[in-house]
Amino acid sequence: MNLRSIPFSAWIGIAGIAIAIFCALFAPMIAPFGERDVVGDVWLPAGGDFLLGTDNLGRDLLSRLIYGARTTIFVALAATVLSFSLGMLLSFTAAVVGGFTDQLFSRFNDLMMAIPTLIFALVVLAVLPQHLWILILVMAVLDSTRVFRIGRAVALDVAVMEFVEAARLRGEGSLWIIFREILPNTLSPLLAEFGLRFAFSILFLSTLSFLGLGIQPPAADWGGMVKDNKDGIIFGISAALIPGAAIATLAICVNLVVDWLMKRTSSLKGGRGDA
Amino acid sequence: MMESGPLTGPVPTDGSADGTHPRPAELSGVPAKPNPAAANPSNGQIGGTFWRRFTFRRPLVALILQRLGLSVGLLFAVSLMISGGIEALPGDFATTYLGQSATPQAVENIRKDLGLDKPWSERYLSWLGGAVKGDFGTSWASKNSVGEQISKRLGNSLFLAFFAALVSVPLAVGLGMLAVQFRNRLPDKIINVVSLAAISLPEFFVGYLLIMFFAVQYGIATFPATVYDSMSFTERLSAIALPVATLVLVVLAHMMRMTRAAILNVMSSAYVETAELKGLSMFRIIARHAAPNAVAPVINVIALNLAYLVVGVVVVEVVFVYPGMGQYMVDAVTVRDMPVVQACGLIFAAFYIFLNMAADILAIIANPRLRHPR
Amino acid sequence: MPEMLSVKNLKIEATSYPPGEPPKVVTLVEGVSFDVQKGKVLGLIGESGAGKSTIGLSALAYGRGGVRITGGQVLLDGKDILTLDRSGIRSIRGARVCYVAQSAAAAFNPAHRLGDQVIEASLRHGIMSREEARKRALYLFRVLGLPNPETFGDRYPHQVSGGQLQRAMTAMALCPNPELIVFDEPTTALDVTTQIDVLAAIKHAIEETHTAALYITHDLAVVAQISDDIMVLRHGKTVEYGTTQQIIEEPREDYTRALVSVRQTKREEAADQTGTQLKIEHVSAGYANGFKVLHDVSMHLPKGQTLAIVGESGSGKSTLARVITGLLPPTEGRITFEGKELPRALKGRSNDELRRIQMIYQMADTAMNPRQTVRDIVGRPLSFYFGLHGQKKTERVNELLDQIEMGGRFLDRYPAELSGGQKQRVAIARALAAKPELILCDEPTSALDPLVAEGILNLLLKLQEETAVSYVFITHDIAIVRAIADSVAVMHRGRLVRFGPKSKVLSPPFDDYTDLLLKSVPEMEIGWLERVLKTRRMESAGN
Repeated sequence: MNLRSIPFSAWIGIAGIAIAIFCALFAPMIAPFGERDVVGDVWLPAGGDFLLGTDNLGRDLLSRLIYGARTTIFVALAATVLSFSLGMLLSFTAAVVGGFTDQLFSRFNDLMMAIPTLIFALVVLAVLPQHLWILILVMAVLDSTRVFRIGRAVALDVAVMEFVEAARLRGEGSLWIIFREILPNTLSPLLAEFGLRFAFSILFLSTLSFLGLGIQPPAADWGGMVKDNKDGIIFGISAALIPGAAIATLAICVNLVVDWLMKRTSSLKGGRGDA
Repeated sequence: MMESGPLTGPVPTDGSADGTHPRPAELSGVPAKPNPAAANPSNGQIGGTFWRRFTFRRPLVALILQRLGLSVGLLFAVSLMISGGIEALPGDFATTYLGQSATPQAVENIRKDLGLDKPWSERYLSWLGGAVKGDFGTSWASKNSVGEQISKRLGNSLFLAFFAALVSVPLAVGLGMLAVQFRNRLPDKIINVVSLAAISLPEFFVGYLLIMFFAVQYGIATFPATVYDSMSFTERLSAIALPVATLVLVVLAHMMRMTRAAILNVMSSAYVETAELKGLSMFRIIARHAAPNAVAPVINVIALNLAYLVVGVVVVEVVFVYPGMGQYMVDAVTVRDMPVVQACGLIFAAFYIFLNMAADILAIIANPRLRHPR
Repeated sequence: MPEMLSVKNLKIEATSYPPGEPPKVVTLVEGVSFDVQKGKVLGLIGESGAGKSTIGLSALAYGRGGVRITGGQVLLDGKDILTLDRSGIRSIRGARVCYVAQSAAAAFNPAHRLGDQVIEASLRHGIMSREEARKRALYLFRVLGLPNPETFGDRYPHQVSGGQLQRAMTAMALCPNPELIVFDEPTTALDVTTQIDVLAAIKHAIEETHTAALYITHDLAVVAQISDDIMVLRHGKTVEYGTTQQIIEEPREDYTRALVSVRQTKREEAADQTGTQLKIEHVSAGYANGFKVLHDVSMHLPKGQTLAIVGESGSGKSTLARVITGLLPPTEGRITFEGKELPRALKGRSNDELRRIQMIYQMADTAMNPRQTVRDIVGRPLSFYFGLHGQKKTERVNELLDQIEMGGRFLDRYPAELSGGQKQRVAIARALAAKPELILCDEPTSALDPLVAEGILNLLLKLQEETAVSYVFITHDIAIVRAIADSVAVMHRGRLVRFGPKSKVLSPPFDDYTDLLLKSVPEMEIGWLERVLKTRRMESAGN
């Protein structure tokens, strides 16, 4: 891959993601105050000691934003990786094994997808105890249905190509066919899909936290911070908008990278001339 | 073959960041192909030879009947899953209900009170039987009838969603056509970047941003968006202005991007080139040759996004403290009021399934191959 | 006689957008000039990429995608249409110049009735009233030999066959009484037995209506039947331009000579055809949904010889190949290889059984993993079957590349960096790497240009001499059968029609289908079409 072939918009996206990850990794070193320390008055305006002001309990907003990057990115990434592994494993199995297994997996997936994700999550979270790992697991399982759908379509597309048939005729095993013949040809669309799922996870986690069903206080996370500070809006205090903007920015950055990856995928297909 | 299947497959959900659209693959391509195998219902043998003959003679009617049946079956399965899933998941409601201080005796009493001592299958059947008649039992928290509460709030939610759709659908289709008209030129690129940004914004952020500007800074809109029975129609409209604007902004970008893709797909087809080589005017090419074939995919896009709208309502209602279904459900989830959660979950899922079914059926009707069988 | 269409020094360019690089301007056509007179047909012939379709569309002042006409003149009845404005060009398209596309199935709008589409241009340009247009369409449907011409126009495109659609497209082009029609490979997508009818219909219609025409094709034998003049194109430039007679009978340029002589390779069939390396006995096969594709097929092949299986699409010839490989287990019958019955399904076969039968596909593009280099593609069978690694493997790959006349410099190339012919050669090398005793060739040359195809055929013949490998060669092209086969099997709708040594199968007395098939294959001979049509008429009169 040629670095110069990456468009400007994608660079913006990459830079934004890099900053967010940097904040997440080195939060204790960068943040001027502690995550849960009450350091001043309630809803102090931006400027002075507190670069972005303070929140509804008098905690430093910037520090909580930096710590929040940690929680938000960690949970969203963990959920995405999990959902991706699960969805890919099941979808590739379904596509390569075929027959009854494929039917069973696909029909069950259809059923799962007949309920909107957010509604499904609400129902399930109403029952389950509130733990971080349960939240991650619920997000991952719900999201894996979408990964399954894409993964199966992509794998089936490649699996019917003649070079896969040629490998079968040679006598190659399923593992070789999946990892050496199919997977290298699906990396590009799957990478784009991973980005898409990650952006969705960030938004989804923030929404759940905003509704009070995601990450529980006092841990800082962006969606929860919006919820904490939302009552200030009516008094013209913009503290709730800052974490909201952070969520939006990160999601936009991820989408910019995804957009580029997708265009690259489609131009690769066009360039191969077998489209 | 160029124009069929494989190509549309691997391209993920057309740049959208949400995952709520269940059938992305069909959006980029032609409406569902008349698959001879699909015409035979695989679920349940409906009178073997008669059905087979019927599908052959009236494929359109047969396919629509099949979709209807499928949706009812799906809804049934969903009700089973909601009820059974809740049962299978760990966590005891009686304990939760009473809090940490529960004595075994109190828990036992509560279980009897709520009917949790009966076997699950019995409870499920009586719940389902009630649900069909609109009776969803009583709320654990408020002891009110769930059905009554829902009937009030459902109307409010639909009122909100209806106006959001009324604004966003023509706007999205118009912008999508504009983007096609100026494809790869400046207006298209601007629309692309802006819509890409817009699909990345969480609903609550858009909502509070609008409140900050229009309700707090300029005072030209009302917040919170409370509606009550004695309000006049115009008062209601002004109350829902901001929530509707939020929903429109959230759903518009998706709908527009998908519309653009659907129209582009039709415009690049060989029959549009044929029309061009017949020397027809641009208007006639679009109206007579592109539009009839673009209708199905665009309707599909709209139906799918309306389904998304139903879900978007949940967050927007919470932001604007609007007395609809979404807020009702979120409140119930926080206090673990299961009868309410179940009922709301089922109704939301029903809307979602219904809209997807409508999209399917419209696509079937719009397909000339099915309307005019050989 | 005045020129209807006169193209002078045409130059056509396109802008391409390679990913990650600045846009590039490519010249597609340069310095092309020709004239067409009223009632005459000019054939444009060339390989893919010769620019013939692009030139054809320039007669309508149209460029696909980013294609632009940047130089020269296109004079229609003496007036340059390239200088016209939008509405001027529109008044020409569909009225004075019409276009017939290669794929009528895609070019007709699925949402409207055929009749409405056929008369649309005539009505929109105000050439005739609806009633007149209807009458003319009916007349054209008759001339073109469409079934039930009175009601044909009421049908939708998906309700009629491919050959009928192609004729309907011709009717659509002829309807407004244009001065010029551009036919862009109108019969390429059709089976030979359908092609001859469509070809005859087009020829008849052109004669009836005295229109001028450009006829674009890659098949010189087809164009010889229909055109008065021929222009041979290559890489967007004119190679040779002359009358049909001159081009076919006394070509001046080497390239034209090669095109004309392509189908004259011949190989004598083996005298002794008694052995049976591969024996197919009473094989039937079908798909899981109960649709039966093969019915009781039997044939055999001696070691080191070539069995050609010939048939049109839907004849079951490719299905038979899938049955031999084990991809589709037969429902009845058995297949014996080297005296031993082959397990029906792929799963039941040992690696050695798999190694001995290799396969070459029609589309080398999709038959090779685009993410693997030539070294990996050809090397994998070596390590899989023979356990070769490192230096030994590389040496052997090099040997194989020499055998297919390509050489070691291609070792680390990806398939996308090879030409169509080179890809097919690498696919052959991959098959050879397994040291097979039988290679199944599924139309390996039909996606290639004639000269490249010829090279592949010669290579296959050379390899057979060197390694005594047997071929089952699946094709729809009788000329290839004549060139390389020892024995021939003719298939039609899943049944074996005729089987035996080539000399027997391809000489009379024929059965009806083989007769039709052989007579439908265009020959490189002026007047062939008339001759065939005449004998047909005589036969039907005799009946």
